[in-house]
Amino acid sequence: MRVNQISVFLENKYGRLAAVTRLLGETGINIRALSIADTSDFGILRLIVNEPDRAYQVLKENGFTVSQTEVIGVEMPDRPGGLAEVLVALEQASISIEYLYAFLGRGPNGALVIFRVEQVENAIQVLKNKGFRVVAGEDIYAL
Amino acid sequence: MYWNTRYETMAREELGQLQLERLQVTVERAYYNVPHYRRAMQQAGVEPGDIRSLEDLKKLPFTTKQDLRDNYPYGMFAVPLSEIVRIHSSSGTTGKPTVVGYTRQDINTWSELMARSLVCGGATKDDVIHNAYGYGLFTGGLGVHYGAERLGASVIPISGGNTKRQVMIMKDYGSTVLTCTPSYALFLAEVIREMGLTPGDLRLKCGIFGAEPWSDNMRKEIEKKLGISAIDIYGLSEVIGPGVSIECEQKNGLHIWEDHFLPEIIDPDTGEPLPYGTPGELVFTSLTKEALPVIRYRTRDISMLSVEPCSCGRTHVRMRRVSGRTDDMLIIRGVNVFPSQVESVLLEIGETEPHYMLIVDREGTLDTLEVWVEVSEQMFSDQVRQLEAKENRIRAEIESTLGLTVKVKLVEPKTIERSEGKAKRVIDRRPKN
Repeated sequence: MRVNQISVFLENKYGRLAAVTRLLGETGINIRALSIADTSDFGILRLIVNEPDRAYQVLKENGFTVSQTEVIGVEMPDRPGGLAEVLVALEQASISIEYLYAFLGRGPNGALVIFRVEQVENAIQVLKNKGFRVVAGEDIYAL
Repeated sequence: MYWNTRYETMAREELGQLQLERLQVTVERAYYNVPHYRRAMQQAGVEPGDIRSLEDLKKLPFTTKQDLRDNYPYGMFAVPLSEIVRIHSSSGTTGKPTVVGYTRQDINTWSELMARSLVCGGATKDDVIHNAYGYGLFTGGLGVHYGAERLGASVIPISGGNTKRQVMIMKDYGSTVLTCTPSYALFLAEVIREMGLTPGDLRLKCGIFGAEPWSDNMRKEIEKKLGISAIDIYGLSEVIGPGVSIECEQKNGLHIWEDHFLPEIIDPDTGEPLPYGTPGELVFTSLTKEALPVIRYRTRDISMLSVEPCSCGRTHVRMRRVSGRTDDMLIIRGVNVFPSQVESVLLEIGETEPHYMLIVDREGTLDTLEVWVEVSEQMFSDQVRQLEAKENRIRAEIESTLGLTVKVKLVEPKTIERSEGKAKRVIDRRPKN
């Protein structure tokens, strides 16, 4: 049920994001979703890709600082209040969210959002019990 | 294990007598053959005959790097050029280069001292010595080379550069002793790992590292990453080159070969000699050099001397590892900063790579210090606040060590240039007056 996310350290410097995306493009890795967190000095690029293990290897071999994190992909009805329902469910279970970002495009049955929480297993159970669809990593990579 | 048991373990009283005899000869030779020394001694009102005990050493005037520069290139030589068989030179990065010359006997002495040093550091004639110090005008390469040959070891004169090939040769030729700068040793360790090898694939057992100041934490890092024992060797071309002093297996100070060099510690501001156990500037007088005798040469290196007996059995005085050369010392907002202090903090924290750069600049009238640190996989996180917390921890530790406000900037791996010789750790952008 977990999704493997790749994070890359980027200096806030001209051309760094282009370097990562070009490298992934050249090696035929497709980006499914991304978000960037940035400070004045550096940024952290988070990626969901079709082949996370290979992306990790390729980036590492090319000298980037990379890590892999498990996140959750949740599908929700693509209508007003859809995201709020998921957030309320997590809040009621006292699960705090480190960050989240939306998927490019949609899942098979609605909007897809990536959640980063500390208690991954707990969050998956809560969401399933509330009837939300937690999408397996393999299904997301293959989208 | 000693190379020269008689001299290395000579009783201190006898050593003192030998030093005095040799000092008298050196002073006389310098006085009569080098106009600079004669002038300086006349100005100080001292003649060779005034040196009757080692105590009289302090009557002699100091010699500085500037004196060597003023007499560039051959003015300090005490023999005609026809007697010189080798010339080395400093890089001249901090000014005019200084030139040093050697007679055949000087090369002989230097080889003896380097052989002694290699044995003291753990090498034997059965070792394969991978000498990655630069060959050329720099004294490191040839100095170690001649000593290793004198010892009877097998020398690989690889010099610096072409690091992947170095690793391949180390592996295929079965190198057992590595000699290079400590920063290059770390770079080699990095390349070994990148090539998918581990220290177990190599036969290295020890490394003899010098030519730049390095910290004890850096030693631990090199020992861990290369799986070897790392020994500190010291020397400077003006005095002879590498082989002035070296650690024994105790790794508790470097034995100075006192039958050839007379060390002193002085107060760098007043020039007053300081007693054993007090830190100050290291000063050397050569006792046997023919071509370029140096009298009370100020090294600008900060150290401390100890005559406590060493369990290795050598009687020669030990100098504390040099924490920094006063030339490398930065004065930032009035605070003395040695780059090695930052290195030590980074290694202490342990999660960062020991590759760093200090950027000194001035904003208005205020000096600023920025420390660039490479982000290692170990410290990286997908969460900004965790990465910022680590950045803050590094900043706080450096600030408490230096007593100075700094800015820490995390940079991508490999963005800080790797050195194949002496590492460059500082970019000083402050306007020069």
